[in-house]
Amino acid sequence: MLTKRIIPCLDVKDGKTVKGINFENLRDAGDPVELGAFYAQQGADELVFLDITATLEKRKTLVELVKRVAQNVNIPFTVGGGIASIADVSALLNAGADKVSINSSAVQNPNLVNELALEFGSQCVVVAIDSKLYHDQHKVHTHGGKKPTDIATFAWAKEVADRGAGEILLTSMDHDGVKNGFAIEITKKLSEILSIPIIASGGGGTMEHFVEIFQKGKADAALAASVFHFKEIGVQELKRFLSDKQINMRLS
Amino acid sequence: MQVAIIKYNAGNTQSVIYALERLGIKPLLSDEPEVLSAADKIIFPGVGEASTAMKFLKERNLDKIIPTLKQPVLGVCLGLQLMCTHTEENNTVGLDIFPTQVKRFPAKDKIPHMGWNNLTDIKGQLMNGITEQDYVYFVHSYYAELSMHTLASCNYILPFAAVIQKDNFYATQFHPEKSGSVGSNILQNFLNL
Repeated sequence: MLTKRIIPCLDVKDGKTVKGINFENLRDAGDPVELGAFYAQQGADELVFLDITATLEKRKTLVELVKRVAQNVNIPFTVGGGIASIADVSALLNAGADKVSINSSAVQNPNLVNELALEFGSQCVVVAIDSKLYHDQHKVHTHGGKKPTDIATFAWAKEVADRGAGEILLTSMDHDGVKNGFAIEITKKLSEILSIPIIASGGGGTMEHFVEIFQKGKADAALAASVFHFKEIGVQELKRFLSDKQINMRLS
Repeated sequence: MQVAIIKYNAGNTQSVIYALERLGIKPLLSDEPEVLSAADKIIFPGVGEASTAMKFLKERNLDKIIPTLKQPVLGVCLGLQLMCTHTEENNTVGLDIFPTQVKRFPAKDKIPHMGWNNLTDIKGQLMNGITEQDYVYFVHSYYAELSMHTLASCNYILPFAAVIQKDNFYATQFHPEKSGSVGSNILQNFLNL
C-alpha cells in the first residue's frame, strides 16, 4: 500500500544549513549533505533543500551542493528557492535533484509551471504555496510569506495543478513556526478538490499533529523543519508512532 | 565489470550513475552500438514523456539496437514502459521486447502514483532477498499490465507489474536508484546476474 511521507526540510544559506542542531553522530551539523544523509538513514521518505541564499553569486554554489547530495543520499529530494527559469531547473535536475519547488516565480509568471511540466515532466514540478488569512480569506503570499497577493489560495492551487504541477507544497503561514498543529481545514479541502498529492507544511510541533494532518487533513505528505532539527521529534520514532495509529508508513 | 548506461534524454541518468558509484561501479554513458554491446551490463534509464523519449531513441538508432542486446539489460521507470509493445502516453509504439500494454491509471485516486509502496508476489534472482515488507519509490502515471513476465507486482488503484523479466531483459517501474537500501540491493542483484 502507498505510504504517507515524512519530509524533513533543510534551509540552506551559502551552502550551510541554517537552523543549527547537534546530532551526536554528525561531524558537521551545518553540512546539508551529512544532515540529509542522516535523515535518510533515519527513515525520512524524501528531503527538501530550501536555498535562502540572498545573492545570485553565491547561489551558483547550489548546483555543487545538489551534486554532493545526489551522490550521498539514496532517497528522492527536492530543491527550492529562487528558481525562476528552465535553465535554473535544468542545471539542478542534471546535478541529480529529483524535483524542484517554485513559489514566487510561479506567481509572477504562471506560465513557468506549464513550461517546466512540458520540458521536464510534471513529476518534478512542485509548486509551493504560502497561504495566509488576509481579511478572513486564504490568500497566496509571496517572498517568504511577507507579501500578500490578491490571489485566492484554492483558485491558485487549482490553476497550477491544471498547468501541470505534479505536487503542491502548502505552507500555512498562520501556522508556520508556531508548532500549534498543521492547517487541517485548508489541507483537507485542497486534497479533496485536487487530483495531485498535497504536502502539508507549517505547524507540526507534536507527533499528534502529524496524526491529525494525515487522518483529518488528508495530506499525502507532511513536511517539517525545526522539530526534526532540534531533536524534539525523531523521524524514526515519529514514523513508528504514526504506524501504530494505523497510518501507512515505510518502516526501515 | 563494465556497466553501460544508455545515453538519451532520460531525466534520471545522473541519479543512476551516482547509485552505481555508491556500489563501487564507474558506469559508461553511451549511445554507440559498439560500446553498448561490449558492456557486461546495461541500464536503460527513463524519466520523461514516452513519445519524446522514443523520438530520441530512434534518432540514435537505439530502437533497433536495444532489442538485440544479449547481456543483462535493466530498464527503469519509463525505460520499462518503452520496452513494452505500446503505451497510451501520447499513443506511443514501444520497443516490443515485452508483449505488454502500458495504460494510464484510471482516475480513481491521485495521479501520479507517487511515493513509497511495497511489492507482492516477488520472485526471481533480480529480487533476491526482497520481501513484501520492503518499500520502493514510484513516480508514474502509466502502468504495465500484469503478465507471465511479471517478477513482482504492486497495488495502486489496481494491481500492476512493478518488475518484469523476459530472457536477458529486466525492468522495474520503481526507481531502484532512489529507493534507499532496498533499491541498492536490487541494483546489486542486477550486477550479480
